[in-house]
Amino acid sequence: MKLELRGITKRFGSLVANDHIDLTVEPGEIHCLLGENGAGKSTLMNVLYGLYQADEGEILLNDEVQHFSGPGDAMNAGIGMVHQHFMLIPVFTVAENVMLGHEQTKFGGLLNLDDARAKVREISARFGFDVDPDALVEDLPVGVQQRVEIIKALSRDASVLVFDEPTAVLTPQETDELMAIMRQLKQSGTSIVFITHKLREVREVADRITVIRLGKVVGEASPTDTNEELASLMVGRAVDLMIDKGPAKPGEVALRVEGLSVIDHRNQLVVNNVSFDVREGEVLAIAGVQGNGQTELTEAIVGLQPKVTGSISLGGRSLRGLSVRQTLDAGVGFVPEDRKIDGLVAEMTIAENLMLDRSEGEPFVKAGTLQLKFRSEFAEEKVREFDIRAQGIDTHVGRLSGGNQQKVVLARELSRELRLLVAAQPTRGLDVGSIEFVHTRIVEARDAGVPVIVVSTELDEVVALADRIAVMYRGGIVGIVPGDTPREVLGLMMAGEHPDTAGEAA
Amino acid sequence: MTDPKVTQSEPAPGSTDTQLEPGQARNEVAPPSRSQQVLRDILGGSAMISVLAVVLALLAGGILIALTDKDVQAAAGYFFSRPADTFRAIWDAVAGAYVALFQGSIYNFRADDFVRGIRPLTETLKFATPLITAGLGVALAFRVGLFNIGGRGQMLVAAGAAGYIGFAVPLPPGIHLVVAVLVGMLAGAIWGGIVGLLKARTGAHEVIVTIMLNYVAFYLISYLLTQQWALQAPGSTNPKSAAMLPTAVFPKILGEQFNLHLGFIVAIAATIWFWYFINRSSMGFRFRAVGENPNAAQVAGIKVKSVYVWAMVFSGALVGLAGVNQVLGTVTSGFTATIDASIGFDAITVALLGRSRPVGVFVAGVLFGALKAGGYSMQAAQGVPIDIVLVVQSLIVLFIAAPPLVRAIFRLPVPGTAPKSRTRKLEVAK
Repeated sequence: MKLELRGITKRFGSLVANDHIDLTVEPGEIHCLLGENGAGKSTLMNVLYGLYQADEGEILLNDEVQHFSGPGDAMNAGIGMVHQHFMLIPVFTVAENVMLGHEQTKFGGLLNLDDARAKVREISARFGFDVDPDALVEDLPVGVQQRVEIIKALSRDASVLVFDEPTAVLTPQETDELMAIMRQLKQSGTSIVFITHKLREVREVADRITVIRLGKVVGEASPTDTNEELASLMVGRAVDLMIDKGPAKPGEVALRVEGLSVIDHRNQLVVNNVSFDVREGEVLAIAGVQGNGQTELTEAIVGLQPKVTGSISLGGRSLRGLSVRQTLDAGVGFVPEDRKIDGLVAEMTIAENLMLDRSEGEPFVKAGTLQLKFRSEFAEEKVREFDIRAQGIDTHVGRLSGGNQQKVVLARELSRELRLLVAAQPTRGLDVGSIEFVHTRIVEARDAGVPVIVVSTELDEVVALADRIAVMYRGGIVGIVPGDTPREVLGLMMAGEHPDTAGEAA
Repeated sequence: MTDPKVTQSEPAPGSTDTQLEPGQARNEVAPPSRSQQVLRDILGGSAMISVLAVVLALLAGGILIALTDKDVQAAAGYFFSRPADTFRAIWDAVAGAYVALFQGSIYNFRADDFVRGIRPLTETLKFATPLITAGLGVALAFRVGLFNIGGRGQMLVAAGAAGYIGFAVPLPPGIHLVVAVLVGMLAGAIWGGIVGLLKARTGAHEVIVTIMLNYVAFYLISYLLTQQWALQAPGSTNPKSAAMLPTAVFPKILGEQFNLHLGFIVAIAATIWFWYFINRSSMGFRFRAVGENPNAAQVAGIKVKSVYVWAMVFSGALVGLAGVNQVLGTVTSGFTATIDASIGFDAITVALLGRSRPVGVFVAGVLFGALKAGGYSMQAAQGVPIDIVLVVQSLIVLFIAAPPLVRAIFRLPVPGTAPKSRTRKLEVAK
């Protein structure tokens, strides 16, 4: 079936999530939607699936305009969706999950499970899935659960399948198997929309590529384009963000990380034997496409990851195994990746958030009692110093704009005596002015002799801030290169190529 | 430097992407659960919602009074010939009931002198005393994002412990009362602390643990009340304790003609302490941070698990104070296993109605005390079943738990900006 989206626009308040997006998927084609997190891919697909109503634009199937008021309509029209987070009921069997939502019943309201089993077997056989219809979903590996999702969609005769970041939860082997399945589906005439931000997968299976950035289609690409072309389309920024930055004056080695590995809550090795060091007065940028272990690496340094091996030492003192409190007391400042979840308490005021990590002892607390006068003076001063735009220090942080929220986080972290600053995605979602402000502050911290780690998925930010750049790919560090390394080389390294060969290729 | 793209990015497109990033569930501190979110929404409602909920509940109660009144039913039989009779009967029934409620709870203007006239108010405050302290306890847990449904158990063990000191351990006047109160609160604190410890160590949900500990406490106290070596009154075969020694009883504070006792002053003190603790102390600051956003609290170095334990300890101590109040103030002639009088559950309503703010809880406690005190006189004077009061109480909870319902009835604006409401609906639909 031919799927066409025409001028889809979706707004949330003043935020335009999708801005006149056009997309055509031909029958039997794998069409990749490439874009960073927050680019608007998922919103677009939710519009297609009837979960959101578009403010403007229309959806066409085989040149007929469709009106979906819910996923049911979309399914009936032949659109199937394989969600990133599976929509399966763990305690049901495969067959029960597949029939869920369109149960066939026999006489007396009994479920016709035999039909469902037969259907699962038939689809399994057709694509070589090897799925037992009577297995409980919770007992199946993640990769097989995903196949159940695919079977579920196919059992409703879906001729357009949407895969929303399907490889985020898969191991490399499972990913390869999924690629094979997608090719098979394509050969049987199914149209596939494949949402991802991983370049390797795109190049492997896509027939055509549409790149989305900030809610707009920024270009079409073909899988024969180089990684670097794709990467620059995806992460490139129209605005030049260079700030005035003097040369670094690196001092002693302050932070030394050796052989660090992290195992996450799903028992996946997400950071694999990583070693690097950071000197005083230098910015080490950790570049890489989202989801290659950067988040977990920073969390391991701050003490938020429970399963860490290897060594982390700051000024000769080991940080591994310390609690978050002890790590912060050792002089580590941390700007978390998601300020709304990890950085701020939205219901608390600016003043309260500014003392969030200093609630145990002077100067904010004396004899177990908050020093409100001191806190107010401190907050007033920081609001001025960091140019936090708000009605006053008693404004709830949740009411501030993203830029001002981030300034609150920065003000809090930079007003302690720091021996290390770790900033993860410090400018994600910020406007240009705020980005410049944040960058200036980070460079100031560097010039004051603080070792700085900046994690960013945006090449422009990396290039603007870094004195040295470590590129992460699949949990490991591909290489550590000087800050003036050409972007093309960085782009290739982000796709997993070693710096030497990447340099030659570029 | 304003940031139009992000100011309202709450349901941003990226939210589906970032919701379950690996980092979010990085360790055992659970992300804020659905129940915590609901709790936060309820507590975040405006004071106006609480007031309107009470008004609505009283209106609905009025309808029930009218429907069940015999005169109204009789007049309705000939409604179409003389409709005015029906309306008069309705007015008489409802107004009579609520006037009786007022007279029974605030001021009886038919009384001969002021002392008798004001007596209902002191009764109201007496009934309010344990509701306030238990309500504060539940509210404290709410502020940390915990549902303490274990009020009954915490009250019972506190009552048992304080009662034992009260009748079996003679001590000098003054000291005896203080020791009995402190021991009772300690027992409640331990009973609550067990819950916090289980939650922090094993991740057990506090709702289940507190409910189960209610049964444990009930049967434990019931058993001890049948044992001569324990709580049973000497020489008695009833499952009831001996009467409190006079030195352990809360003294009456307004003279002998009023039942109001020192426990009420303690409740006021507890309210003030609660205000200081939650708003001014560093520990209370951490409590609030964990209650609002455990993730950010953890990243800021706050030991979330330890906060859960201490929150339940303090919560249990405050609820325990209500149990102490029951044995040393309300029923001093010896207690049974029903001494809690289901105050532990009413306290949840009180905390919700008071939105877990100290003054709010105090006012809500007094309101519920008034309903208790006035309910009896309503029944006596107008023959309105006391169950109506329970229905009104329950409706208050119902309305508070459904702020959108109250807003819809009174056409109040939805908090937050107007354009957001649309997307929020969609989020729900999703």
